[in-house]
Amino acid sequence: MKHVRTIIDKEWSEVFKNRMVIMTMSLLPLLFTALPLVMLSMTSGNSAMAGAPADSSGLPPGFLGACGGMNADDCMQVYLMNQFMLLFMMMPLMIPTTIAAYSIVGEKTNRSLEPLLATPISTVELLAGKCIAAVVPGVVTTYIAFGIFLAGTFFIDISPVVRAYLLGPTWIVGIAFLGPTLAVIASIFAIFVSSRVSDPRVAEQLSSLVILPLMLVFGGVLIGKLVINLWFMIIAILITLVAAVILLYFGTVVFDRENILTKWK
Amino acid sequence: MIKTQDISKVFMIGKKQETELCAVDNLTLEVSKGEVFGFLGPNGAGKTTTVRILTGLIKPTRGNAQVAGFTLGKEDTQIRRNVGILTESPGMYERLSAEKNLTIFANLYEVPEIPKAVNKYLSMLDLWNRRYDAVGSFSKGMRQKLAVARALIHEPQILFLDEPTTGLDPEAAKMVRDFIEELKAEGRTIFMTTHNLDEAEKICDRVGIFKQKLLTQDTPANLRERMFGRKVVFHLREVNPEWVNEVKKVGGVSEAEVVDNKLVVSLKDPEQTNPVIIERLVDVGAQIQFVGEIRHSLEQVYLEMVSSEKGGKA
Repeated sequence: MKHVRTIIDKEWSEVFKNRMVIMTMSLLPLLFTALPLVMLSMTSGNSAMAGAPADSSGLPPGFLGACGGMNADDCMQVYLMNQFMLLFMMMPLMIPTTIAAYSIVGEKTNRSLEPLLATPISTVELLAGKCIAAVVPGVVTTYIAFGIFLAGTFFIDISPVVRAYLLGPTWIVGIAFLGPTLAVIASIFAIFVSSRVSDPRVAEQLSSLVILPLMLVFGGVLIGKLVINLWFMIIAILITLVAAVILLYFGTVVFDRENILTKWK
Repeated sequence: MIKTQDISKVFMIGKKQETELCAVDNLTLEVSKGEVFGFLGPNGAGKTTTVRILTGLIKPTRGNAQVAGFTLGKEDTQIRRNVGILTESPGMYERLSAEKNLTIFANLYEVPEIPKAVNKYLSMLDLWNRRYDAVGSFSKGMRQKLAVARALIHEPQILFLDEPTTGLDPEAAKMVRDFIEELKAEGRTIFMTTHNLDEAEKICDRVGIFKQKLLTQDTPANLRERMFGRKVVFHLREVNPEWVNEVKKVGGVSEAEVVDNKLVVSLKDPEQTNPVIIERLVDVGAQIQFVGEIRHSLEQVYLEMVSSEKGGKA
């Protein structure tokens, strides 16, 4: 465990001196927290649809079930929020990707990988250290940003029904549990990519492909094929958990110290 | 301390990994405790690959070895725990301070008293005043010294130094060399790859000349003797060609010839034979101005070995 702690300490000491990471960790949450708040405040207040039933809102029929007894305005806000809330799912993907993408290729370009691998550290310890070092800032930043968002909703005149939905189990469970598993997947994927390429920028670009499945979910929600509710979150958590375990296993298996040392120029 | 038996390493290269490249071919050698072994060879000879194999970083294709009493391939973690490595490039964490760099590695090597060990090596290598500075601001020589400190932080039994002075200015190279001399005086076992033959001659107890395979290994003095024999030159006021035959009659002399105004004698044991030759020359009326031994450099031995290997292959 001492080796893992040392790697985490080393990674954070280095990473938090990297402007790119600092920018990603500060601007991204700022933007992703502000956007849904702005959207909420813009769509709040009375409109022509106020008081009309939800099914008159023209929203995808698949989604209307999630609206329960809401009126058309509230249902529209919940529909929009469901899409904007996906931004909070992007944070635990993007921040760890930025950190982890640099982790191995950065060591290679720095020529520090060989001395590091020459220590008694095991591959599992090395990968665990690098993975945790990337996951924790992503998850903590997401939690803080989500907390600020929830606090911000109290300063916006939204209906109690919408607030109850936002404070309800769907997104709390999603942020609390799906966020970390997504962060683990993003980190392992980025570390895997990082160990295969020789340029940190290429590593980051390739690693950002991990966002694609989330984009598909986003598209599914937009066209009404997917409805985000508690069950969706639970199923997503289980799937990502299994995917994280499988990736973690393969990540350790395919991390070939010899290849990384000898085939990289 | 280090014992290898027929170690070979074959890399598969090419787009489809279809071509075999033999980097190390049946390497058998032994390095004793407290010995400084110089591993000499041209670029691409396989020296770094050998160091990586012996430090448990890469696996040999064939053969076996014992390093610091542990079996290669079975106890690699133990080997890594007991050896220190100075890689060809210092590879420090540039954004971190010298102290932080050493602390990280002290933790990874599970050094018991980390601050004490870190302070010891920072002081020993004259880096104390710059301990809080980012390594990125260090000169090449300072980085190399820090890399040496990193390799020693866990007090390893064996130290592998891969081209320790390459790319350093003469002053920095001398500093590193002096430090290696200090380590040698402490009785550490050192396995050093180098291009610098003067350095190898000064520091190493034994050297091996390597080019995919070990061409030869011995003390620098023995290598010179094996390659060129020992030659003594007698500077005379004038030379009478007949004196050559007189000298050849002396026991232990294998060859004698006149070169300019000098009599060059090949012999096995100059310490024993020189007085006899001098006596004989004085008897025949030669006026000896001074006597000296012709010393071939390790570089000449190295070039001879490497070129004969090339010739052999051709």
